[in-house]
Amino acid sequence: MPMRRQWVEVDEGSGVYGNPWMVMNKTISKTVVKFAKNLDPQDLNHHTQQHPAAISMYLQTSTFKNLRYTDCGTIKTNPRPIYETVAQRSITIRLFSSTIKMTSTGESLTPVSSLPPPMREYLIHFAQVHETFRKPELESLARLFNIDYEILQYSEKTPFARIALKSNEDAKTLISRSILAKAIYELWGTGTTYDEVHASVKSRTAHLWHLYKTCSFKFGFESFNGMRTESVKKELIESFSYVGFDGPIRMKNPDELFVIMEDYEAMSILDPERFAALKIDEKAETPSRNPTHLDEPHQVYFTRFLGKSSRTAIETYDLKKRNYIGTTSMDAELSLVTANMALVSPGKLAYDPFVGTGSFAVACAHFGAVTFGSDIDGRMIRGTKAGKSLRSNFEQYKIMDRYGDMFVSDLTNSPLGRFGAAGRSERIFDAIICDPPYGVREGLKVLGSRDPSRPKVPTIIDGIAQHTLKDFVPPKRPYSFDKMLNDIMNFASTHLVGNGRLCIWLPTADEDFNEFSIPAHRNLKLESVCVQNFNKWSRRLLTYTRYELDQDEPAADGEALPDATEETLDSVNAKLARTADALNPFRRKYFEGFKTPPSEE
Amino acid sequence: MKLLTANFLSCAVKACKSSPLSFPLHFREAELASKSVPYNPLLLSNLLPRLDWQALVTSSKELGFTLPDAKPELPLRSTTTTTTTANDDGDMNMDGGIGGGVSDEEEKTLRMLHKVLMETEVVEGKMVCGSCGFEYGIHQTVGNFLLPSHLV
Repeated sequence: MPMRRQWVEVDEGSGVYGNPWMVMNKTISKTVVKFAKNLDPQDLNHHTQQHPAAISMYLQTSTFKNLRYTDCGTIKTNPRPIYETVAQRSITIRLFSSTIKMTSTGESLTPVSSLPPPMREYLIHFAQVHETFRKPELESLARLFNIDYEILQYSEKTPFARIALKSNEDAKTLISRSILAKAIYELWGTGTTYDEVHASVKSRTAHLWHLYKTCSFKFGFESFNGMRTESVKKELIESFSYVGFDGPIRMKNPDELFVIMEDYEAMSILDPERFAALKIDEKAETPSRNPTHLDEPHQVYFTRFLGKSSRTAIETYDLKKRNYIGTTSMDAELSLVTANMALVSPGKLAYDPFVGTGSFAVACAHFGAVTFGSDIDGRMIRGTKAGKSLRSNFEQYKIMDRYGDMFVSDLTNSPLGRFGAAGRSERIFDAIICDPPYGVREGLKVLGSRDPSRPKVPTIIDGIAQHTLKDFVPPKRPYSFDKMLNDIMNFASTHLVGNGRLCIWLPTADEDFNEFSIPAHRNLKLESVCVQNFNKWSRRLLTYTRYELDQDEPAADGEALPDATEETLDSVNAKLARTADALNPFRRKYFEGFKTPPSEE
Repeated sequence: MKLLTANFLSCAVKACKSSPLSFPLHFREAELASKSVPYNPLLLSNLLPRLDWQALVTSSKELGFTLPDAKPELPLRSTTTTTTTANDDGDMNMDGGIGGGVSDEEEKTLRMLHKVLMETEVVEGKMVCGSCGFEYGIHQTVGNFLLPSHLV
């Protein structure tokens, strides 16, 4: 296969946002690019030796579009982090590109036109909670608002993440609905030491300082895993005085907020070599020192505040202040995150088939969707005390205009659908969200008689068909968790609109995740799996997108389960076992305290 | 139970799934309540394509509302481009009307739809299957679709 190599020479100029990926985009969009075709690798080495500050990248992608910051791992000749080089105002960045998969159109290689428009660099300050949910939430919001983004740096160990976006407007919009992010900032500079930060700020933003010369402002200080005394903070803030802001300092409602953010590395994650090099003397430890973290931050950011998230909604929907809740109500934070993952927004329809006391319903309504719900237990929906019902929560939060309907039904015998006539679309919901019952408090139940041999005739006592009585409670039978999951997947496939989303919470005993492996359906694409860990078990939030069209073949990223039929699962299980425990391994493990049983029963 | 929801519901009895008479369910002895909520044209434009119009006309008639025989044709608006989150009060009318150019007649129909779909509720009553005759009760606006064991 012929290799095609190119030099891309990029003049950096005085760009503000010096990430090489963005520099490249920006510059290429201005078409100050020179190609030197068929360059020899020898020349590459020669060039990088001639220009020590230059960076060479070896790209194994067919177009520049696929270049990611993470590709920095493949930098061959200059191992330094890229931002340093840029901060040193290196004028030239050289990219060595190899396009391996060239075909007949190979002669007219045009990576330039396929590049995204210029992007800028931002810093997201996350809450250091529910770490595995943070990135999927962000990705969902980007999808919802149709925002182009590139995550440049992200780790679950730190609340600070760097992201590339097209504009300040996009940045504010993206974060405006986030629950797990706190705020988003324009990144002015970053480095491993304050000297580096100052150099970075000066090289990137010197031409911007005059914009903030007269406005009122405030400096903030955020440290993660570390501490500074007030006097040190003051000193560090004053070290930025070269920006020359002459406006009044206002502690309340300043026009502009600048924040210094420090990230301290945990000692436990340092490799031994690095640890030895730091020469930390255990005995000389000062009392103020955080024993598990280093004295100095390993990364410092200087930022300008742009916009905050929806995190305050957690307080608004706090269960402690909610009029009507149940024993298994999902907390406000995770309910709202789930609604974000489901891409709920004004004008959409959301449905929770296990609505209970309506935690997800109010979260979806908060974000503007008209919400429907059902539950096999009507007492949960109506409430047992006057003035305490699912509906009263909508009234409390003043979101009654988004109350669709709540009704009593069972997923296996759901009235949802337009039966009996071809051509009637049943795809009506934009989002289906649920936390199905785990069957711990009481075994999972669906409608039906416990005894399958019982004849299918109405029960008549004293000449009255019992089911016509007002207080009739229909009999229920135990139900398998796996069967229920299958029912949910099939239901979602039938009732979600194209690109609609399904969010399911799933409990797992940690030791045997396989036993509760991730359910799949040919029409549902798995988007993300987020984990919330408890002591001996965990629960997972699975998010799926409904394909626009029905899929014939099993989806590429998972094996499709056959559609659930009475013959395959239900009847087999029902014949083998009729107790809740036998049908529900999670429940059994829960009561066994998640111990591994000594032998197979 | 709203007329909106009734447009999505059939008889839950499995044997009725093949019968065209099981949709829509028919309202009986319905006690209505009306509650004013903000007019939401974005919602209506998203709802329209998902409504089974003939069924809605039938159900509306049972509750004393008259809708045009043909589904109003309106330009679609996408929900994904909407950046405004819902207000707690006031109309969620972000860009004026649906698609900009809505005639007075269409506007009147939309307002009527809003009233029928979003503002009217059956508080107490029954929904009856046209095929098997099973009666589903509605109590405190909550419909009950549980079936006795001889029907599941």
